[in-house]
Amino acid sequence: MNNLFAASATAGAVLSLLAYFLGMYLKRKTGWGFMNPLLIAIVLVIAVLLCARIDYDTYNASANYISWFLTPATVSLAVPLYQQLDRLKQNIKAILVSILAGCIASMGSVFALSLLFGFTHEQYVTFLPKSITTAIGMGVAQELGGITAITVAVIIVTGIFGNIIGEALCKALKITDPIATGLALGTSAHAIGTARAMELGETQGAMSSLAIVTSGIITVIFANFFAMLI
Amino acid sequence: MKYLKQFVLILFITGIGELIRYAVPLPIPGSIYGLVLLFVLLCTHVVPLDSVKETAIFLIEIMPVMFIPAAVGLIESWADLKPILLQTVVILVVTTVIVMAVTGKTAMVLIEREGKRHE
Repeated sequence: MNNLFAASATAGAVLSLLAYFLGMYLKRKTGWGFMNPLLIAIVLVIAVLLCARIDYDTYNASANYISWFLTPATVSLAVPLYQQLDRLKQNIKAILVSILAGCIASMGSVFALSLLFGFTHEQYVTFLPKSITTAIGMGVAQELGGITAITVAVIIVTGIFGNIIGEALCKALKITDPIATGLALGTSAHAIGTARAMELGETQGAMSSLAIVTSGIITVIFANFFAMLI
Repeated sequence: MKYLKQFVLILFITGIGELIRYAVPLPIPGSIYGLVLLFVLLCTHVVPLDSVKETAIFLIEIMPVMFIPAAVGLIESWADLKPILLQTVVILVVTTVIVMAVTGKTAMVLIEREGKRHE
């Protein structure tokens, strides 16, 4: 199998895509919150590589073509942000202040827990961008010298966790305003939380998607400062 | 052809973002410079929305797939994760709850205050 993968220019990419499609199918069939297509795809690809004894490098030689699109896709996030421009202007103060508070709370709590656990700088910066969207978070971890693969996994699981607990937690804390609910979901659980926000309502969804990009940019700015602390 | 033109324009802006990243000695990903640049160009109507919209939305839609190779890299970094697995779970659960509570509560207070002022 390793030889087949090494000889093919597309095997890794095809395996990744097939695993994702299977994930989407399972999500549609079951409708369960933790049946996240991305999570399923990651587990499946890892299982296939381990069972068939295929090296990560061999897989990544072709799967890497998929990753190549990540930078232009991240740049494209400017489009939904621009489409939300009117809503952004209307509630600019509440939006910016609460997302800023959320980002500081995120990095502050990662800092406090890392200190408690006695983490190294490499481990600490791996977790620093855990609440923001994978595309930006991965870049931040890479630039600061973290372990990107762990960052990506932690970001995805954070999103799934936020997606599952979001509605109940907001209800328990009496976060009832649709704008506040959307901002809370987007800032804590990025795109995967936004999927839940969109199910709750149009305002929640719009606010949540706005929070993805805004919290990502705020985190990029403050992460450099926080990174110096450990 | 429309999609190809849109894609080339997005790639061009991405390229400028990466050039800025190369020139500025800050640990900020090039994609962020590109994102901000495209946002400014859209706001100033230098780049009309129609010249990037469909391709941008398509790229965002298929974005989850692009994270698979990086996350599968866990195979390689499992040795780094294994000793801190429990701590990882604690950080994950605690910070997610804190961020959601802080963001939502702050927004609630600010929105209620704005609402009272308008009454």
